Amino acid sequence: MCPTGAIIRTEFDTVVIQSDVCNGCRDCIGACPFGVIDINPASGTAQKCTLCYDRLQVGLEPACAKACPTASIQFGPVADLRKRADARVSQLQNAGETRAQLYGADDKMLGGLNSFFLLVDRPEVYGLPPDPRLPTRNLKSSSWLSVIGAVVVSVAGLISFRTRGSRA
Amino acid sequence: MSAPSSTLFTAPPEWHWLIIFYFFLGGIAGGAYFLGALMDLFGGPLQRPLARLAYLVAFPLTVVCGLLLIADLRRPLRFWHMMLQSETLRPMLKVWSPMSLGSWALLLFGFFAFLAFLGALAEDERWRWRGLARLRPPGLLGLVVAVLGGVLGFFVAGYTGVLLTVTNRPIWGDTTLLGLVFLISGASTAAALLALLGQRRAASSVHALERFDSIMLVLELVALIALVVSLGGVARLWLSVWGALLVLGVVVLGILIPLGLYRRSLRFGDASGVAAAALVLAGGFLLRVVIILSSEGA
Repeated sequence: MCPTGAIIRTEFDTVVIQSDVCNGCRDCIGACPFGVIDINPASGTAQKCTLCYDRLQVGLEPACAKACPTASIQFGPVADLRKRADARVSQLQNAGETRAQLYGADDKMLGGLNSFFLLVDRPEVYGLPPDPRLPTRNLKSSSWLSVIGAVVVSVAGLISFRTRGSRA
Repeated sequence: MSAPSSTLFTAPPEWHWLIIFYFFLGGIAGGAYFLGALMDLFGGPLQRPLARLAYLVAFPLTVVCGLLLIADLRRPLRFWHMMLQSETLRPMLKVWSPMSLGSWALLLFGFFAFLAFLGALAEDERWRWRGLARLRPPGLLGLVVAVLGGVLGFFVAGYTGVLLTVTNRPIWGDTTLLGLVFLISGASTAAALLALLGQRRAASSVHALERFDSIMLVLELVALIALVVSLGGVARLWLSVWGALLVLGVVVLGILIPLGLYRRSLRFGDASGVAAAALVLAGGFLLRVVIILSSEGA
């Protein structure tokens, strides 16, 4: 959506907002299905977690994963993480936690999220959208309806102004 | 229990009064231009003064629109990042992003609005450079300016609604009808403004505008009902002060009463058309207030 090209996908397949390019139009804030983008009041530009892009570039893991005392945040190649998460869900299911599920791990959700969650309740309980979708889903139908509107308005103009013209 | 709409889990972009005014004035600017073009193409000589008035209105409003949009950016001096990539200075355009496409459309529309504005000025006897009058029809150049600018006018009046639907925000992203609603409302408010301004100078052809606006108001009412239906469960957000404003301000004050007044004006030729046009403008403004602020606050 970003009209300035400030939002890029990095070599690590993560998403970073370049604060020197962003002009603070805030289109991305309403477009993001997860509500994770905010305006930095100091810089006046859009901001979100960079997954510690600077640390990734020197081979370190993101600071949150490194620091988390309960290892709730795991970092690594997505395929490995998915395997580990699947095993953990099975373990929980077998232990009687039947609600255990992964959120965003398979490609059903927006083609698969690179950050996904293990939940033990409905997504909305965690403040996560139950069915996140791309904002562009409405683009085609919205545009076509407007084109039809433009044609109808033109016909109304033809009727109104032509009648008047012929009477003159 | 069915899952809540996913749009309720997103963050508001904080588009407030500057954007509300832009949506309102942009609708009028685009609407005035395409009405001018429609009158130029289909109307007789009686419509010519009104078409001229339309172009005289469209360009100054477009300039105001550009300034409003720039002022709303959190980094206004970087407004040109919408058009050029800041590092390479290559053109920046994403056709799937209504804001990106809209920025270009507004710039191009401003260009045509400027040409038509010059052409409209040149029709005044006191203007010296008569050659500029060729920017108005019936000549070929005038026709090109009217048609291309008119198409862009439709775009400018409608894309703002499409832009809202191409988000994940409550109400906006829950329907595909906002572009259509804004387009019709842009046509309606532009007709109302031209009817108001044209009362003195082009009184005889103002009735054509009142007839046109009556059609627009009926269409707008139908589109608004379809909009509420399309929202499904999210429409519950309008069981609030916003819904009351939508029904009383937009529908009753801005559509139903003006329809009655236009009818009176067309039948008896009295001044009720003036009140109707003023109410249509107020209703058109309130429509943007309701659509934007009811989602921003959700």
